[in-house]
Amino acid sequence: MIVAEKKPIEEIIDTVKDCQSILVLGCNECVTVCEAGGKKEVGLLASALRMHFLQQGRDVNIGERTLERQCDHEYLEEIRDIIDLYETVVSIACGVGVQFTAEKYQTKPVYPGVNTLFMGANEARGVWSERCQGCGQCLLAVSGGICPVSRCAKRILNGPCGGSSGGKCEIHKDVPCGWQLIIDRLKALGRMDDYEKITPIKDWSSDRAGGPRKVVREDLKL
Amino acid sequence: MRLSYPTAIKIIRVPCTGKVDTLHLMRPFEKGADGVYVVGCREGDCHYNSGNFRAKARVEQTRKVLDTIGIGGQRLQMYNLSSSDGPSFARFAEEMQARIVAAGPNPIRTVLEKRKNGGTQR
Repeated sequence: MIVAEKKPIEEIIDTVKDCQSILVLGCNECVTVCEAGGKKEVGLLASALRMHFLQQGRDVNIGERTLERQCDHEYLEEIRDIIDLYETVVSIACGVGVQFTAEKYQTKPVYPGVNTLFMGANEARGVWSERCQGCGQCLLAVSGGICPVSRCAKRILNGPCGGSSGGKCEIHKDVPCGWQLIIDRLKALGRMDDYEKITPIKDWSSDRAGGPRKVVREDLKL
Repeated sequence: MRLSYPTAIKIIRVPCTGKVDTLHLMRPFEKGADGVYVVGCREGDCHYNSGNFRAKARVEQTRKVLDTIGIGGQRLQMYNLSSSDGPSFARFAEEMQARIVAAGPNPIRTVLEKRKNGGTQR
């Protein structure tokens, strides 16, 4: 899932301090699972904003809405009838949701309420960690299912480097060395022969190096 | 035991403090409550194992929000006791009352009451 974390409330308050009406817009997908931008967080942020403005004696209309997804036209259409009731939108979906909402409602200021971080997994309660960088050319088949692009700080394809020590990466004692993980996994799979194979230079044009990316599926187009 | 405790306290029963969400803790302040406290089972004694720890984390989380928006996190508190520990229940109520008296009224309540009485806060 896409992992995000809440922006500090002070930052959001500072962004919307002059607004008279605000729609707090959540998303039922990834940000709900990582507890940054779902229905509960919409309620919490709206409540905090209401109390902030009430203390100032200001009557700011704070609306709450959570869409199934903010990255689909169909769901974003659901707020068309209420969007004009608000001067501004604080979207607590990921960066995709914020942008798609802004694109759809051109004249409405849309501000982000979360910081979007990475594609990751929920390791434990309250712990999320990165697993994929969307490089566009998956190498997991040759690396034992552990990604050298997202798990190795240097994105080395034939590792480890000299910074690997005791299974940890030199960047931080709590960061496991991605290549140590790959080797451990290849050993467990009995596929250490694969480790000896040299992975050729990767074509990074499918990564961000090739500019903004797009998928067009002619077979799905209507 | 016939213990007495402050009458200003309204009790809301929940099946387990693990049921108490951050939103449940925010709403009373939004409606003007001067303070909220959550009374859960003693740590390690939760029938559902982690209900009271979840409540504790949510209380901490909400306190930070209340501090940020100027309501004051000290108005929210978590207590733990055994279900048959009446004296502690009464003591916590007294303690919370004293804490709230020291903090003064919830600023939201002041605004809401002014409005209700036809004030010009708007």
